[in-house]
Amino acid sequence: MSILIDKNTKVITQGITGATGLFHAQGAREYGTQMVGGVTPGKGGQEIDGFPIFNTVEEAIAATGANASVIYVPPIGSADAIMEAVDAGIELVICITEGVPVLDMVKVKKYMEGKNCRLIGPNCPGVITPGECKIGIMPGYIHKPGPVGVVSRSGTLTYEAVWQLTSRDIGQTSCVGIGGDPVNGTSHLDTLKMFEADPETKAVIMIGEIGGDAEEQAAEFVRDHMTKPVAAFIAGATAPAGKRMGHAGAIISGGKGDAASKKAFLRECGISVADSPAEMAEALLKIWQP
Amino acid sequence: MNIHEYQAKAILRNFGVPVPEGHVVYNTNSARDWAKRLGDGPWAVKAQIHAGGRGKGGGVKIAKTADEVKQYARDMFGMTLVTHQTGPEGKIVKRVLIEQGCDIADEFYVSFLVDRATDKVTLMASAEGGMDIEEVAAKTPEKLFFEAIDPVVGLTAFQARKVAFKLGFAIPQVKQAVPLLMNLYKAFVEADCSLLEINPLVLTGAGDLLCLDAKINFDENALFRHIRIRDLRDYDEEDPMEIEASQYDLSYIALDGNIGCMVNGAGLAMATMDIIQHYGASPANFLDVGGGATIERVTEAFKIILSDDKVEGILVNIFGGIMKCDVIATGVVEAAKQVGVKVPLVVRLEGTNVALGKKILAESGVDIVSADGMADAAQKIVNAVKG
Repeated sequence: MSILIDKNTKVITQGITGATGLFHAQGAREYGTQMVGGVTPGKGGQEIDGFPIFNTVEEAIAATGANASVIYVPPIGSADAIMEAVDAGIELVICITEGVPVLDMVKVKKYMEGKNCRLIGPNCPGVITPGECKIGIMPGYIHKPGPVGVVSRSGTLTYEAVWQLTSRDIGQTSCVGIGGDPVNGTSHLDTLKMFEADPETKAVIMIGEIGGDAEEQAAEFVRDHMTKPVAAFIAGATAPAGKRMGHAGAIISGGKGDAASKKAFLRECGISVADSPAEMAEALLKIWQP
Repeated sequence: MNIHEYQAKAILRNFGVPVPEGHVVYNTNSARDWAKRLGDGPWAVKAQIHAGGRGKGGGVKIAKTADEVKQYARDMFGMTLVTHQTGPEGKIVKRVLIEQGCDIADEFYVSFLVDRATDKVTLMASAEGGMDIEEVAAKTPEKLFFEAIDPVVGLTAFQARKVAFKLGFAIPQVKQAVPLLMNLYKAFVEADCSLLEINPLVLTGAGDLLCLDAKINFDENALFRHIRIRDLRDYDEEDPMEIEASQYDLSYIALDGNIGCMVNGAGLAMATMDIIQHYGASPANFLDVGGGATIERVTEAFKIILSDDKVEGILVNIFGGIMKCDVIATGVVEAAKQVGVKVPLVVRLEGTNVALGKKILAESGVDIVSADGMADAAQKIVNAVKG
């Protein structure tokens, strides 16, 4: 078991003929993911490195039975690509693209209301269920199958957490990069709910950032509903107010969302919070043994 | 991206939003001329910098005569204006807005922003105008009103009316407020703003609503579809190193500490700054080299970090995912040679081909301290700088 994706997931790549899209489609296929094709409007009927190309997502699903899509389409067309996948009935859409306008995402969220589809991202590394399925840009080999769920806004900081686990011979059920944008498809809270419901996941590491109150909402769920131990790290203790540190979501405004208050609240909710990013795995091992 | 008040008002005027008549000037002489052209006094003379709180620092004056306009403008040009938003170094005034004055009967607050909790644009309003809204939110949250806006239908008339009545407007002002608010929302959406703030929105003695101040921030991600807005960027208001960095697709922000950082990925970059502080020192910058740490980009990153004379040591922290560590190591070594790094340099590499990467660092002949893990790396650079 795992969350979101497993060995049966069939994935198409939207934007497969771009250099990034193709590179990561190949990487995912090497990892063992069922990468069944790609979509680039106008190039339908062609093939690229063994991947069949389709003009529309609808055609791609009809021909391949895909149930997940990963998007590498540039920002100008990302929102449209997401909505096309949603409309075609894809159950899981993972948008890797960085730099999607926030008002485009506001529209996408409205469009998705009531539709049977989950969006991860945009501006995210993707999702991996180690040993079964990798969708996104993360290096597969740092992961190993096991009992810990990982959820984070950031890419490389997630790798850091995963590596700390793997180095201690602790594997992961699934690792979810939800992305660094202020308006995104899936929150920390959504992901914790999935980990709580997954029988294979025994413990969770949640990596948050300054800005907003998504981590606080997730912490309330941990306090009130979660039976599994959760450790966390909040990045951005040294970030000055009002400055955007790469992630558009990571900005402190009006004294809200700073690292100190987030950490304090998470601790109140029973989460083991690491003070240093080098101690994420240790923070989990303080409250849980594999 | 931020713009000046006078630019924000010009945009709002195009959307039919009532703003005072005014003109920006770049020297003292034209200040007097423009005051006369705008009509009879009084006039507001307002320093144009990208920061709030200008009034308290002497950046906003009311002039009764055209000679006073000239005098105030002369005082402002070239002055270093320090407000609670500029930092202690302040900002030099190069542009001044001359505006028709008005008599103020009452002040209100209105803003639009994207609310992360609802994933919608939200209208926020308060009858406590002219004040710091963060203070209002903290002390008297019940005086703030919110309306979440459906992105398909936009701000509706009934929502605008609700807000207008809550602000305590009489019927004639409600009738003005509805189109005013709807036009502000239209401007927000069509210009891809991330923040549009009117503080204060004033009620004049004649009973008219007028946006006396205007602040607009734009969503950087959407600038590709707004060429004219992009042209409004005032590079004088931005850190020259941040501009330089952005030309190489490096995300750089200068800070006050003495340890320069070069990291791939925004989250890891923030965490690297945090761990430096955790071990008792302070980061000199945030710098994300992104996914493709090529020799050219690493070289530029070193140059930018070293151009800050506060930097006494550099910590490179790369988690090579798709990027292979040997490629990164080669890049760091070549860049360090080219730039001539003379301060302690600690490099932490992790990921694909890490052993090969460390070998390249060790055999490079460049004085590089290799570290295992983030904690080791942070301790090594902190000790080297304190040493």
